[in-house]
Amino acid sequence: MRYLRPLSMEDAIGMITNSAGTVAVLAGGSDLLVRMKGGFVEPDLIVDIKAIEGLSEIRETAEGFSIGAAVPCAVLGEHAALRKAWPGVVEAANLIGSKQVQGRCTIAGNLCNASPAADSVPALVAAGAKALVAGPKGNRTVPVEAIPTGPGKTSLAKGEIVREILLEKRPPRAGDAYLRFIPRTEMDIAVVSAGVNLTLDAKGAVTSARVALGAVAPTVVLVEEAAGILVGSRLDDATLEKLAKACSDACRPIDDKRGTIAFRRKVAGVLARRAAAAAYARAGGK
Amino acid sequence: MAGLAVSTTINGDSVEYLCQPDETLLDVLRDRLGLTGAKEGCGTGDCGACSIILDGRLVCSCLVLGAEAEGRRVETIEGMADGDVLHPLQQKFIEHAALQCGICTPGFLIAAKDLLARNPDPTEEEIRFGLAGNLCRCTGYDKIVRAVQDAASVMRAA
Ligand SMILES: Cc1cc2nc3c(=O)[nH]c(=O)nc-3n(C[C@H](O)[C@H](O)[C@H](O)COP(=O)(O)OP(=O)(O)OC[C@H]3O[C@@H](n4cnc5c(N)ncnc54)[C@H](O)[C@@H]3O)c2cc1C
Repeated sequence: MRYLRPLSMEDAIGMITNSAGTVAVLAGGSDLLVRMKGGFVEPDLIVDIKAIEGLSEIRETAEGFSIGAAVPCAVLGEHAALRKAWPGVVEAANLIGSKQVQGRCTIAGNLCNASPAADSVPALVAAGAKALVAGPKGNRTVPVEAIPTGPGKTSLAKGEIVREILLEKRPPRAGDAYLRFIPRTEMDIAVVSAGVNLTLDAKGAVTSARVALGAVAPTVVLVEEAAGILVGSRLDDATLEKLAKACSDACRPIDDKRGTIAFRRKVAGVLARRAAAAAYARAGGK
Repeated sequence: MAGLAVSTTINGDSVEYLCQPDETLLDVLRDRLGLTGAKEGCGTGDCGACSIILDGRLVCSCLVLGAEAEGRRVETIEGMADGDVLHPLQQKFIEHAALQCGICTPGFLIAAKDLLARNPDPTEEEIRFGLAGNLCRCTGYDKIVRAVQDAASVMRAA
C-alpha cells in the first residue's frame, strides 16, 4: 500500500486516475481505517485529501456556506454563523461518534461512506445541500442525495472527489432540525432518524418544507408528500398527525435486532413530527 | 521496506521516524517510539484508550495513520506531567481512586484535559457527555467524574 498527500485537487485527481489498483480517499479515516483494519477494504493507494488547499475551510459567501471536505465536524459545531443558519445540519454532524471521532470525521466522508444510517445525511438532504464534486472531467454540482446509491455505494466515478458541501443562504424565518433514535444516549448508530427544514411566512405559515428520513431504506428517503402536507399549515396537531403517517408510510426499513420494521415505521413518524416542531420553533413559529 | 520518513512534534520535541503506510499512529507511538502510555483497547475508535491530541484536537490514535502526523503537533499522556509534578487531573485521579486496572486512564486523562481546556467549568452532564468516547470497565465512571470536577476547581483557582 502507498500513502500520498497531495497539495492540490488536480494532483489528487491525477494520482487516482493514474493508479491501476484500488484507491481510497482518506478524509477523517473514521470509517476508512476501521474498514481497513477489519479487512473489508485493502487499498493499493490512499490519497489523503486533508492537505489540499482550501479543503479545510468553511467559507461564508453571498450564496451561503461552503464547507470544505476536510473540515472535521467539531469545527462545524464551533462555527457560530453556520450553527445559527443551519442548526439542524450542525446538530446532526455533531452527533457523529465521540469527541475523539468529532476531531476527525467529516460530513463529506459521512456522505461518501454511504451508510443508510449516516447521521449528517438526512439533515443535509432536508437542507437541500449540494456537493461540489471535482474530477478528471472538471467540477460538477449535484444534490447530496445523488451521491449515495445504496449501502456502501456511491455515484462517484474513479478520480472524483467531493470538494465542498454547499448550503444555501437562509431566507428570514427558516429553521431546520435533526433527531435520531438510538438505544443508548450517545455513541451508537441510528435506528431511525429524521431531518426537517422549514421556511415560514410572516404569519407563521409554512411556505416551503423538506423532510428526509434516515436508516429506514437503503438510502435517505426524501418524503415529497410530507412537504405538501406541511406547506400552508402552522403545524397544528392534525397536520403533524398527517406528517407522521406520511413518513411512516414512506419507510422501507429492514428488520433486525436493532429495530423491527413496525418499530422503525412508527418511530420515523414520531421523529419527523418532533423534528418538524423543533424546526418550526427555530424558524420563529409559535 | 524502508517506509515513509515522518517529521513531527511530540510533546514539544521534534521527532523523526520511519513507518509503513498502513501503520497507525498508535502503533508508531508504542512500538517505534516507546511511548506506551496510549493503549490499544478496541482499535476501532470506540473505547478512547489511545486518545491523543493532534494539532489541538482530541483524536483516537488508532484511527490516525503514522504518516498523517507529518508536520503536525502530537500531545500524548507522556507530556502531561511537568517533570515530577503531576498535572492536577493526574493528582486528582489518584486522590479519588479514579482508576483500577489503569488501561483506560491515559485516555481519560487526555480527554479530560481537552475537555477542561475548552470548558473550564463543566457540569456533571457535560463531563459525562464529553468523556463518552472513553470506556472504563472498572470504576463505574463516578469516581472519574468526581476527579475531573475536583481537578477543574483546582485548575480554575490556579
Ligand atoms: C467510534 C465511532 C463512532 C461513530 N459514530 C457514528 C455516528 O454516530 N453516526 C454516523 O453517521 N457515523 C458514525 N461513525 C462513522 C464515521 O465516523 C462517519 O461516517 C464519518 O462522518 C466519516 O467521515 P470521515 O471523514 O472519517 O471519512 P473517511 O473514513 O475518511 O471516509 C469514509 C469513506 O468516504 C470516502 N471519502 C471520504 N471523503 C471523501 C471525499 N471528499 N470525496 C470522495 N470520497 C470520500 C472514503 O474513501 C471512504 O470510503 C462512527 C465511527 C466511529 C469510529
